Amino acid sequence: MSKRVTKQALTGWLLVLPAVTVLAAFTHFPIVRTMVESLYSKGNPVRPSHFIGLDNYANFAADPVFWKVLGNNAIFALGTVPVSMALALVMALWVQSRSGKAVLRLAYFLPTMLPMIAAANIWLFFYTPDIGLLDQLLGTFGLPGRNWLGDPATVMPCLMAMTIWKEAGFFMIFYLAALQGMSPELREAALLEGCGRFTYFRRVLFPLLMPTSLFVLVNAVLNAFKLVDHLFILTKGGPSNASNLLLYYIYEHAFAFYDLPAAAALTVVLLLGLAILAISQFVFLDKRVHYR
Amino acid sequence: MKAALPALESAAAWLLALLWLSPLLFALWAAFHPAALVASFRLDAPLTLENFVQAWSMAPFARYIFNTFVLVTTILAAQMVLCTLAAFGFARYAFPGRDTLFLLVLVQLMIVPEVLIVENYHTMAQLGLVDTVLGMGLPYMASAFGIFLLRQSFKSLPKELDDAARIEGCSDLGVLWRVYVPLAKPTLTAFGLVSVSHHWNNFLWPLIVTNSESVRPLTVGLAIFGAPESGVSWPLISAATLMSALPLLAAFLLFQRQFVQSFLQAGIK
Repeated sequence: MSKRVTKQALTGWLLVLPAVTVLAAFTHFPIVRTMVESLYSKGNPVRPSHFIGLDNYANFAADPVFWKVLGNNAIFALGTVPVSMALALVMALWVQSRSGKAVLRLAYFLPTMLPMIAAANIWLFFYTPDIGLLDQLLGTFGLPGRNWLGDPATVMPCLMAMTIWKEAGFFMIFYLAALQGMSPELREAALLEGCGRFTYFRRVLFPLLMPTSLFVLVNAVLNAFKLVDHLFILTKGGPSNASNLLLYYIYEHAFAFYDLPAAAALTVVLLLGLAILAISQFVFLDKRVHYR
Repeated sequence: MKAALPALESAAAWLLALLWLSPLLFALWAAFHPAALVASFRLDAPLTLENFVQAWSMAPFARYIFNTFVLVTTILAAQMVLCTLAAFGFARYAFPGRDTLFLLVLVQLMIVPEVLIVENYHTMAQLGLVDTVLGMGLPYMASAFGIFLLRQSFKSLPKELDDAARIEGCSDLGVLWRVYVPLAKPTLTAFGLVSVSHHWNNFLWPLIVTNSESVRPLTVGLAIFGAPESGVSWPLISAATLMSALPLLAAFLLFQRQFVQSFLQAGIK
């Protein structure tokens, strides 16, 4: 008996070993190494890298650009997540109940299949001063154009509009999946009770979609932190960091300024944010949102 | 009023669809018209394929497509093997430390490889894998998402099938190959399609870890081609953008049902 148990345990270990090794090498090990690296100074030929404790963090805490970038990330998340989630839900409801829904679904979903770089290339043409589509459109109404991506006041809304366009269709899929899993009797019962469409949505559908909404919310916030591809084409984080996001800032420190310890410290900040996101998902998933 | 509301909603739905398609329609318009006439939006402007021909000759797009194809296939093949094995282990075997290990696997759902670019680049440099397909693919090969999805699917299969196959003399891997894999085919397809479309479009990590044309994938090639400082004209960029997105878009349009079903299935979890 015990021989069978050990054989089973051994087989289990062998089965998971390859995947776990790769995961450990490229997820867990780098997490630990990032934390250690962030405690060292940037080395140079005269003075090699040495332990400096939390100095890298202190430098960033005193750097207004760092706070600017963090603020941008918060604005980016606040500006894109609620709108794209609301649009996604409306899209899902429309696609579910309308004739021609295959065409609608295709139209909403298509931007999702495009590389972010391709989307940025296309949207760049909208925002280009003078010859861009937006300025031409304004011109026909006799309004003056502006440098949309070169102006700190407009650059973030421009990036957010594109991101919403790119993401809403993706989140629609999750709502669609949830809606398809609901029994049609629910709707019939609600209608029998004399429930209006809006009341049905507010009192029945919306609460039932809570777990999906939470799942989408977490993924949308995660995306707001990890999506920076468009910055490479559209703004490079400018003008003067007005559109810089944390992950792009990390990239700049590591691969443009070659300051690896600083990049490591920034990565730890990002990891901390993601950990908070994961934990809050865990807590909320267990508490409020279990209806089924 | 009661009839007017749905009609109004219908109109809104189609309007939104048009709005959502318009960026792509504009890209199509620009790609098929001569540069001089693009900004005029005259309906009688002559159509041309010149932009595609020129873009194709200005950068090695055939090479980029080939590189992306190799990258996506390599990642997919490795993911299929690694994730299936691991999912089977987590779903059907009791071993000490299993639950802790599984929790550690789930960490990657949140801490995606993109976040760890700095240290992973360091690792690749030490392994001598910078500027190789393997270097681009390796961090993604053990996907926590894949392991999670397949484990769910394996767990939902009746244990009796497993027992029966073992009584017939199947080995551990035999059971996996003959019983679990065939029955989990829809999940494997779903995961495969999600993975392919993700890696076809992936940019940041390939950008960092490659530095030569012979390895660079489409997204990176396109970014270099279309960067504002390269001074390439808008119709050419449109043509190049459409060419890069075309293989995946064509596959999506052909197998639309399958794609959407897969995303739906992967979304339910």
